[in-house]
This record gives sequence, structure tokens and C-alpha cells, in this order.
Amino acid sequence: MLEFHDVTKRYGNGKPAVNNLNLTIEKGEFVCFIGPSGCGKTTTMKMVNRLIDITEGAILVDGKNIMKQDPVELRRSIGYVIQQIGLMPHMTIRENIVLVGTLLKWTKEKKDERARELIKLVNLPEEYLEKYPHELSGGQQQRIGVLRALAVNPPLILMDEPFGALDPITRDALQEEFKKLQRELNKTIVFVTHDMDEALKLADRIVIMKDGEIVQVDTPEEILRNPANEFVEEFLGKDRLIQGRPDVTTVGQIMNSTPITVQIGTTLKSAITKMRDERVDSLLITDSDNVLKGFLDIESINNNYKKAIAVEEVMETDIYSVSQDSLLRDAIHKILRRGAQYVPVVDESHRLVGIVTRATLATLVYDTIWGDGTEFEEIVAHAE
Amino acid sequence: MMEFFATHGNELIIKTSEHLYISVAAILLGVLVAIPLGVLLSRAPNFADRFISFIGILQTIPSLAILAFFIPILGVGKLPAIIALFFYSLLPILRNTYIGIRDVNPGVVEAGKGMGMSALQSIIKVEFPMALPVIMAGVRLSTVYLIGWATLAAFIGGGGLGDFIFDGLNLYEPSLIIAGTVPATILALIADRLLAYLENRLTPEGLKDSYETV
Repeated sequence: MLEFHDVTKRYGNGKPAVNNLNLTIEKGEFVCFIGPSGCGKTTTMKMVNRLIDITEGAILVDGKNIMKQDPVELRRSIGYVIQQIGLMPHMTIRENIVLVGTLLKWTKEKKDERARELIKLVNLPEEYLEKYPHELSGGQQQRIGVLRALAVNPPLILMDEPFGALDPITRDALQEEFKKLQRELNKTIVFVTHDMDEALKLADRIVIMKDGEIVQVDTPEEILRNPANEFVEEFLGKDRLIQGRPDVTTVGQIMNSTPITVQIGTTLKSAITKMRDERVDSLLITDSDNVLKGFLDIESINNNYKKAIAVEEVMETDIYSVSQDSLLRDAIHKILRRGAQYVPVVDESHRLVGIVTRATLATLVYDTIWGDGTEFEEIVAHAE
Repeated sequence: MMEFFATHGNELIIKTSEHLYISVAAILLGVLVAIPLGVLLSRAPNFADRFISFIGILQTIPSLAILAFFIPILGVGKLPAIIALFFYSLLPILRNTYIGIRDVNPGVVEAGKGMGMSALQSIIKVEFPMALPVIMAGVRLSTVYLIGWATLAAFIGGGGLGDFIFDGLNLYEPSLIIAGTVPATILALIADRLLAYLENRLTPEGLKDSYETV
């Protein structure tokens, strides 16, 4: 959809503002460019619609070199949302929304229809079409700014810190709204920001830049989990690395790796003895290869004590487990939803490797909320 | 008073219309030249500041001297008067056009460009409408000055209300001086009001309230 090939931008003879940048963005992807000011993120974005010209290299949109297209035509085919909102104060909201339509000489009927269609997307009443920008709040104005970029349905939209000037509450609401909209409309978005929370929240992939070069390109999860270097770590900030942990921690990292088990073939009598010795009310049952077969709780032993001899006769085989590679947040969700006391953890061949209990989660939540992460490190170290 | 009107009434109407003709012609020329020039200057801001200072210096030449300079070139009569006055109208209009366009919110201009407006579309649809209130203020200022200065046209045979004033000076006749001054003042006031009304009409709807709140 959008390709950068060895793109360099130099002003005068100085150090390049963007140096030898290579990147491919897929259709429907939401990519955030982030970095300290002067890192070249905005320059990179503005080269796409030729508000800034490339010095060396090529940018392809849908396989076509942008330098071979008329810049005015090119810009009309790419949505653009700028930081200061940039609504035309002397035009009504309707005229603002369909501005590109006007430039493309759409008929009045087509423009009116499109304006009504679009304003519904952001849940503003149609009467707003007749208002002027200064009559709207900042948040409403930027919603219109976004609609204006969508007006002629461009597949690619460039956004230059669009929510930067808004108050935090409005910004949050708009981010959610916009992310939803982007998923529905399946647009490719290039989004420049300096706000890491915003990037983590919105992006499918984050491009971290410094001094005109890409430092790391990855999904938010991957960046939190494996920051490429110290710069990225610093840029993320320690707080975020800790807070981000439940998002990226795998079950394997926090599980208790010594669950209480009995093998198939064990008699109920010795199972009860084991329960008493280990002070648990439930046992996991495995076969000789340590493959998880089922579980047995105190209640079923009590009900079947007289009829059965071996554990496999009364065990519950419908057992729910998670893989050790799955993300902790998913496991938490499943435990909570099922109201289960614990979830066994298995490897790819369904062999039992550990267990996550409600107690494990309680410790984790405690550390996330109150701790600075050191206790958490200990749990991980302990579990390993 | 009535006696004056009886003897000079006809002449007064003719002189007033001459006066109006000279002023309006000069201001129209000024608008036609200075506004496009101001827009052009806004594309070359480095050059613009120097150019505007230069025009500013020209403006300091006493108006009588300018009128006198034009006699060898254009002779006497209405044309040199109009041209001399046109030079005086340039600066306020030019400067206001330039500043008005320069001060249009750059975010809006960039948005327009990013949307795919050509340079011309950006000027016509965005920059000019938004700068219009400032440009109109320049036109208004020029007009009021020019109506006053047009009395000097009489000095080089251009006619207008200045004729009354010069006659009055030569003949020691204060009533003639008043007959030239009062209508000129009234003309200037009327022109000012009319242009204020026009300015209000031309100011884009969406800009009006925001100006009021500022």
C-alpha cells in the first residue's frame, strides 16, 4: 500500500532530516510514527503527500511512485488531518467536510449526500452542517477535521498529531471513536504523534524514530516486551514497561510450575491422602507422559468413594487449560469469566507444565497496582 | 448662504462630482494594482518587507512635489492628478493586503494545500477571503485620505473641490474655502461609512462572530 525505499531528506548540506528510510505499510494497517521532536517523523509523513519533497529514494503509494504524479492530484487522493485542526473558519461545516469534493468538482447533490452520511459517523446532528467552525467545541472541530479527510473515501490517510491540542478527556474519547471508525472503514493510517500512550493504544505497528532513522518497528506488544535498545526503553519510560506487563507477560512466566498431580491408575484412596498432605481440594490427573487428562475434586471423590477404585473412573475429563505461551491478560479473562479457581497450563503437546491460580493473580494485581515491579520480578524468578 | 448657493450652486455640484471622479478613479486604480501586488508579495516575504519600505519612502515625498513632478511628464489636468493620487493609495492597500494574507492562520493554509488545493485555489478560496477584512480596512483608509488629498488636484488643473479652496485663498474669500472643505469632508465621511458597510458585507459569515468575540 505504502512503501518507502531508501528515502532521504536533506535540507541544504546539513545532516539529513530523514536518512535512508525503508518501510512497507500494508493496506488497512494503522501505523504510528513516534519519536522526540526533530526526529523526522513529521517530515517522513509530509513526504508522502509531497508537502515536502524527497531528496533521494522513492515513495510508492499502491505501487505508483509519487514523484511521477501531479502533487495536487496526489494530495486529493490522500486524506490529511493536521494538528491545529485547520478547518476553514469562513466555510460552514458542510463546506469544510466536502472541501475535497468541491475541488474535484462534485455535484451539489453528491456533496450534500456525502456530508449527511459523514456527520452521522461521528454522531453529530445534521443541523451542525450549517454551523461555522467557531461555534463548535475543540473536540467537535477535530471530529469534523477527521471527516474532511474521509470525504472522498481515500484509502490512505495521513494524520499529524491530530489529537494533540485537545484536553485529555476529549482526546481519549476521540481516540476510541477513531480507532473504531478505522476498523470499520479499513483505512490505512499513517499517524504521527509524540504521545506514547496514544501510539500504544491506536497503532497496529509503531515506528520509533530518532535522528532521522528508524530505531524500531513493531507491534505495541512487541515493543513493550522487547524494546530494541536503551533509547526505546527510555522513550517508553519505566512506568509504562511495568504497567504494560500484564499485556505482554505470558502465562508461562508467572505460573506455578509444581502443580499437585496424580497419575492415571492411582487409587482414590491414595488420591485423598495426597490431597490431605498437600492441603488442596482438587488434583490434576496426567498420564505417564505427563499429558493432562482431567481433574478430580473432593466432591466427586465423596460421591463416588464407594463405587470406584481408580481416579480415571471418576475424574472430570472436560478440563479447560491454557497454553504456556498465551498472554496473561487472556488467561486472567478466562479464569474470571469461568469463575474457576485455577487453570492448568500445558505445552504444545498438552503436557502439564504448571498452574495459574487465583492466588497467583492476586499477587500480580497487587504488584501492578502497588508495587514498583520488584516483587513481581521475584515472582517471575521464583516461578522460573 | 442662500446667496452663495444661488451663485455657486451649479459650480459646487460640478466640482464635487469632479472631485469624486478623481478620487474614485485613483482608488480603483490603487485597488486594481495594490491587491494583486500584495498577494504576489505574500509569496516572497523576504523581498516584500524591503519593497514595502521602499514604497513607504516614496510616500514621504510631499504630495505637492509629486504633483509638480508629474507636470513635465503628463502635463496638467485630471490624468496626472489621478496618477499622483494613485501612488498615494498604493501603500495602505498594499501593506494591508500583504499583512492580511501573511497573517492567515498557517494551519488553515497547510490544510488547504494538504487537501489538494492548487496555489491559485488556495488564494481565491482561503487566503483572500480570510484576509478580506484587513484588506478592506486598507482600502477604507486610502479612500478617506485620498478624498482629502484630491483637493490638491486643483493645483495642477485637475479641478475638483480644491478649485474653491485655491480661489478662496487667492481672493481672500473664506466662504469659498469653506465651500471646498465642507463637501470634501462630507464626501470622506460618506465614503468611510459606505466602505465600512461593504467591509461588513464582504467579511465571510464564519469570520464575523469570531471577530466580535476577539
